[in-house]
Amino acid sequence: MVGSRPTQPTRQLADELYEQLDAYIETLQIDPDDPYRRETLIRSLHRAQEIFGYLPAEVQRHVAGRYAISHAEVSGVISFYNYFTTTPKGKVQIDVCLGTACYVNGADKVLQEFERILNIKSGEVTPDGQFSIESLRCVGACSLAPVVTVNGKVYGRVQPEKVQEILEHYLVEIDREEEPIHVKN
Amino acid sequence: MVNLIIDNQPVSVPEGTTILEAARQVYIHIPTLCYLNLDAMKLHNQTASCRICVVEVEGRCNLAPSCATPVAEGMKVTTNSRRVLSARRTLLQLILSNHPTDCLICAKSTDCELQNLAWEFGINAQAYQHGEQSSFSIDKSSGALKRDPDKCIMCRRCETMCNEVQTVGALTAFGRGFNVTVGPAEMQPLVNSNCVYCGQCVSVCPTAALTGVGYIDETWAALFDPSKKVVVQVAPAVRVAIGEEFGFPMGQPVTGKLVAGLRRMGFNAVFDTTFGADLTVVEEAHEIIERVTQNERLPVLTSCCPGWINFLRYHFPNLSYMPSSCKSPQQMVGAVSKSYYAEQMGIDPKDLVMISVMPCIAKKYEAAMPEHSRDGLPDVDYVITTRELAKMFKESGIDLRYMPDESFDHPLGESTGAGVIFGATGGVLEAALRTIYEEVTGHDLEDVNFTAVRGIAGVKEATIDLGERTVCVAATSGLGNARKLLENIEKGISKYDVIEIMACPGGCVNGGGQPYSQDRAEVIEQRIKGLYMIDGWQSHRKSHQNPSIQHLYQEFLGEPGSDKAHELLHVTYYEDVPAVHSK
Amino acid sequence: MSKIKSYQHLLDTYQQHRPLLNLRLNGAGAEISERVILVCGGTGCFAGESRQVLDRFQELIAGNELGSTVQALVTGCFGLCQEGPIVKIYPDDVFYIRVTPAEADAIFEQHILGNQIVERLLVEDPEQGKKVRTQQDIPFYKGQQRIALRHCGLINPEDIREYIAVEGYQALGKALAEMSPEAVIDTVKSSGLRGRGGAGFPTGLKWEFARGYSGDRKYVICNADEGDPGAFMDASIMEGDAHSVIEGMAIAGYAIGANQGYVYIRAEYPLAIQRLQVALEQAQGMGLIGKNIMGSGFDFDIDIRLGAGAFVCGEETALIHSLQGMRGEPRTKPPFPAQSGLWECPTVVNNVETLATVPVILSQGSDWYSAIGTEASKGTKSFSLAGQVCNVGLVEVPMGTTLREIVFDIGGGIRDGAEFKAVQTGGPSGGCIPRQFLDTPIDYESLRAVGSMMGSGGMIVLSEKTCMVNLARFYLEFTADESCGRCVPCRIGTKRLLEILTAITEGRGTEADLVELRRLSETIIDTSLCGLGQSAPNPVLSTMKYFWDEYEAHVKDHRCPAGVCEKLLHYQILAEYCRGCTACKRVCPVDAISGSAKQVHVIDQTRCIKCGSCMARCKFNAIINN
Ligand SMILES: Cc1cc2nc3c(=O)[nH]c(=O)nc-3n(C[C@H](O)[C@H](O)[C@H](O)COP(=O)(O)O)c2cc1C
Ligand code: SF4
Ligand code: SF4
Ligand code: SF4
Ligand code: SF4
Ligand code: SF4
Ligand code: SF4
Ligand code: SF4
Ligand code: SF4
Ligand code: FES
Ligand code: FES
Ligand code: FES
Repeated sequence: MVGSRPTQPTRQLADELYEQLDAYIETLQIDPDDPYRRETLIRSLHRAQEIFGYLPAEVQRHVAGRYAISHAEVSGVISFYNYFTTTPKGKVQIDVCLGTACYVNGADKVLQEFERILNIKSGEVTPDGQFSIESLRCVGACSLAPVVTVNGKVYGRVQPEKVQEILEHYLVEIDREEEPIHVKN
Repeated sequence: MVNLIIDNQPVSVPEGTTILEAARQVYIHIPTLCYLNLDAMKLHNQTASCRICVVEVEGRCNLAPSCATPVAEGMKVTTNSRRVLSARRTLLQLILSNHPTDCLICAKSTDCELQNLAWEFGINAQAYQHGEQSSFSIDKSSGALKRDPDKCIMCRRCETMCNEVQTVGALTAFGRGFNVTVGPAEMQPLVNSNCVYCGQCVSVCPTAALTGVGYIDETWAALFDPSKKVVVQVAPAVRVAIGEEFGFPMGQPVTGKLVAGLRRMGFNAVFDTTFGADLTVVEEAHEIIERVTQNERLPVLTSCCPGWINFLRYHFPNLSYMPSSCKSPQQMVGAVSKSYYAEQMGIDPKDLVMISVMPCIAKKYEAAMPEHSRDGLPDVDYVITTRELAKMFKESGIDLRYMPDESFDHPLGESTGAGVIFGATGGVLEAALRTIYEEVTGHDLEDVNFTAVRGIAGVKEATIDLGERTVCVAATSGLGNARKLLENIEKGISKYDVIEIMACPGGCVNGGGQPYSQDRAEVIEQRIKGLYMIDGWQSHRKSHQNPSIQHLYQEFLGEPGSDKAHELLHVTYYEDVPAVHSK
Repeated sequence: MSKIKSYQHLLDTYQQHRPLLNLRLNGAGAEISERVILVCGGTGCFAGESRQVLDRFQELIAGNELGSTVQALVTGCFGLCQEGPIVKIYPDDVFYIRVTPAEADAIFEQHILGNQIVERLLVEDPEQGKKVRTQQDIPFYKGQQRIALRHCGLINPEDIREYIAVEGYQALGKALAEMSPEAVIDTVKSSGLRGRGGAGFPTGLKWEFARGYSGDRKYVICNADEGDPGAFMDASIMEGDAHSVIEGMAIAGYAIGANQGYVYIRAEYPLAIQRLQVALEQAQGMGLIGKNIMGSGFDFDIDIRLGAGAFVCGEETALIHSLQGMRGEPRTKPPFPAQSGLWECPTVVNNVETLATVPVILSQGSDWYSAIGTEASKGTKSFSLAGQVCNVGLVEVPMGTTLREIVFDIGGGIRDGAEFKAVQTGGPSGGCIPRQFLDTPIDYESLRAVGSMMGSGGMIVLSEKTCMVNLARFYLEFTADESCGRCVPCRIGTKRLLEILTAITEGRGTEADLVELRRLSETIIDTSLCGLGQSAPNPVLSTMKYFWDEYEAHVKDHRCPAGVCEKLLHYQILAEYCRGCTACKRVCPVDAISGSAKQVHVIDQTRCIKCGSCMARCKFNAIINN
């Protein structure tokens, strides 16, 4: 019989980020004996995702510890909600609305165009970590269908032809951000 | 009482009863799949997810899940209309459309509730053939518990068992929609989770989505290897359960036939884990007496159940100084076989293979722990469950019904009644008390029956007067009960000196490796009865009176608690456990 | 701001703040130099840069030192989102559309400073062909009656004084000071108000149940999850008038005996969340929410909880699980939340629009409310009108208004001159209503009778350009994706429905599939655990019922009549029209088109990926796809 030992990955994300999260969780005053303490779990996960950008296992275990609940429970909750992600997103996060209003106005074609140009599928990140595409269902701006949000900014009446234009705007922005690095080399 | 009509039959049941339960009272069979109600262990699976039990209720627009719908006054229920039957059939077809048709090569075949249902419904073709099927990978990382998520039907019984009854919290539903499945956090390999391998989820899983990792092949290979001496040990709880696989009544002891069967299968020696239990009692009694008299690190927690020990290590690491350092009986028999017995027989321990037959999944994990190897040789090589042994018997044409009664081999086959009752909750404690009393007081114990610590209910307590000191003891089974007890210890509320804890509700008789049963409460009770019956038959009922044990100390170990004893029979575990502090 | 200590104190405060709205409510007689510029701050207009428009107005006011006479304020959605950003100027009552930041300058110059209306920014009445100045003259608003949306486009949602100035919190004040909880429940019951979240359960009755069950604690939950994709009524109410919802919740709390409320709002609505937060803090600051409200001894507090992207969490039991920090899986009912809800305590779950309507019912009386609407469906209902209709936006009409009136009179008909095909109501749970039922009056029962449902108010107008099979597939993709996965019929059944529909849209469908679709749909409806599964097949059944010919065309002729299903399309160049301009060749991503300049071009069918680019590009209509 082979005996394998559990492997527990060590914490890799920055301590400052954990401190930020803890500072928030402190304010919730969680009592491990309180059966209602889970009530704030989803809030804390929202906060954690804001801080870390995503919710990898190490963050999950930390949150589980703070709530005195099992890692499995936290993981099950995270996996249920579309909003939570366990892998990092791109610097530029593109969300294409596939709500009904947008869909009947051709949002699927818009999504395909993003996928084609960036050469990734919805739900993926470009290999350089710059762009990621997701689809979502209605941001409440249906009057502008089809709608795309890029890092939260809403673009309305997006037709496939406009996709390149939108992307170029962000390509320029990223280039500018990275210029100092080039100068250093 | 609420009056209703089911299939034209009037029924009267208390308020709060479900339609399903009401129907059962008038012998109307409604098929179920996800439903499971084990009052005895407070398991109420209320997912109502399979919908197989739907019935028609007059005035309701859709069908009602009978397992989750309470009766109402004047309700009119039809359980077998065309609408109901065709809905159930479609539901079953849907389940099967996302299920491998592997029955022929499936560990659960003939014990599978899904297979049985497909058979009852006379399903003879798979529908939605071109539909997607889930394709998760099989997880055998723990070496103990096998997960095959493709066979999971999302009944969630395992989750209820693990999280609510056992309060381990190792399992969760993961993802959603068609891609949902049940498993450990992040669908990591189970070995990285806080699963304690109690195997209770295996006992309730209706399919083969959760089973034990099997070692039948390895066992056959050892048996057929001419260069090996293969010895086997059998745990107490096996002898009152394996008969069920051969048509014996529930709980009937078949010890002698079991031994005969094992011998015919070709084992070179057939030992009894009960011997190890007696040895445990002697070692543990020594430790208990020492710690109680010195008031040191109390209470002493028993350590013979690896499921429970894992639980303690993972969930209450700050109490991990409390359990007795004694190894479990299985490991003691393993260690003694590969030292004392091998020496006596002049066998190189490398050529000795120790197989143990256990009612348990956790023992598979335990046997593989590095702490239980010496010089790279594990004390126990392979652990097979009661169910696996029954299969091996069947494969080699051994029908226990026709076996003669034979006795275990010496020296590791002699045992007392005290050792046998290890298989039932409270038994370890009772066995220890029998020895402790005599050791401390020097008097003969007249009535060896400590009935106060028996039975499967919550926490059982007793006090025993040892002259100078009264010792308070408690026993409990099921990890949910254990958690409460440990929390009280942490808070300083509980004042016990010795506590016995068994991970499985009812103890090893209800272990995760025992034959499956549709009637859990009854089968536990009968198997426990069986064990006490054997206890009653024994000439020796106190572990320290076991002549072979006395011999072992004289010839090999010296005193209980000696250095040699410590080297072979005690253990301290590494601290590399998953950090979990869940409640 | 000081705490309101009693009902009388509230009435005094009302008198004090009333003048804030003078220009808006009774503008006549005001100094013509005094003006209020209302800029729409709904999500739609915000996306069209209305924030910048507002900023620009404020800069201009400050720059011209007109701060004492001219105000620029943000307000909630006007409804005509299609033409946003909307700006409305009081007291002149002028309604401007498509106002960009640059146009703000024009309006300021011409209108504010010069008293000249900027004609080009007015709505044009397509029938009369002339510009319309005031809101009530715009065809879009004729036939509408705004009750739930009464304050959207009127008050500044971020200023509680304005809400008080429209008699806000007086219904609560009156209930606490003058009415017993039973009387409140009776009023709501006799108003005939039914839940606007979808199922249409009588609100008063729900409250009565919750009041009747005992529990140490009780809760009121406002369901602001608004999962129906393509619906934004609740978002607009939250953005434009969160105080009404807060007031409605407190009234519900008083009625059932709850002291705690939660708003469960989807995280995809940042603006609504922010407005709600602001409103809640202001209400708490004034003691209108919290301990001992208006000196009545009644405590009621509200917390905001964010969803995290799961449609099923709109279902009340799932929502409750989510609030408890769990996976948002529904559970079997009974018991209903009114008996055993949050933490197993009696709980009322009500929709945003339902709650926002409650205060008016209390202040205007149940008779007033029940006089509006039809026999069984009282009052008004708001809809988000979207899809291929001219006037996309938020509408609110009395129950009993017909679909035709909404689509053609209010909505202005189909965009781009296309033919009307169907209206989809009820979102993923609803159905498609074809042309022959356009005169169906909108009420819970009539919509159900034609195979759809009211739902929460999503109304998607579909033109001939929509393939109904593909639409059904779209909805199934949504429900299969959003199924929580708990129960078999929904988890596996919707997946199988989706697979069959996908096969049909890809030309792999058979006639037997159509039979199976119907049979499986029926089982899913009959056996699913929650409303999601119970209604998921509705889009399939209703499209099969009314657009059978389209299904047949797909399975028998492998043809998509609407020209939507890609795999069934064949792009072809008509030689007689092709001028050899090479435009198509250059745009084809897979080089499937060959031909040299001035020669007829040809598409290589084996390479074509049916992207449609060439057809869109050809100026000579030489490319067809069917
Ligand atoms: C799948 C599903 C999604 C739902 N989504 C919503 C929703 O987004 N908003 C809502 O108010 N009600 C929704 N409901 C209805 C709620 O369960 C509940 O009936 C409603 O909030 C009650 O409020 P009302 O009585 O005021 O309508 C949904 C129901 C189902 C089955
Ligand atoms: S789990 Fe049951 S149904 Fe599935 S393959 Fe195994 S025996 Fe057959
Ligand atoms: S049951 Fe059927 S499939 Fe299985 S072995 Fe027998 S014949 Fe073969
Ligand atoms: S073996 Fe025990 S601890 Fe492990 S998953 Fe199963 S029930 Fe939970
Ligand atoms: S693993 Fe077994 S017990 Fe658990 S949900 Fe799946 S089928 Fe049920
Ligand atoms: S109680 Fe027995 S069967 Fe259960 S885990 Fe413990 S040792 Fe194994
Ligand atoms: S019907 Fe669908 S969403 Fe509702 S419980 Fe079942 S699987 Fe979940
Ligand atoms: S449809 Fe697309 S792929 Fe096909 S020929 Fe036209 S441009 Fe090329
Ligand atoms: S774009 Fe039209 S006209 Fe020009 S080459 Fe292509 S098919 Fe011919
Ligand atoms: S459907 Fe896309 S924003 Fe509403
Ligand atoms: S047995 Fe009733 S729903 Fe599964
Ligand atoms: S968002 Fe401005 S009018 Fe609707």
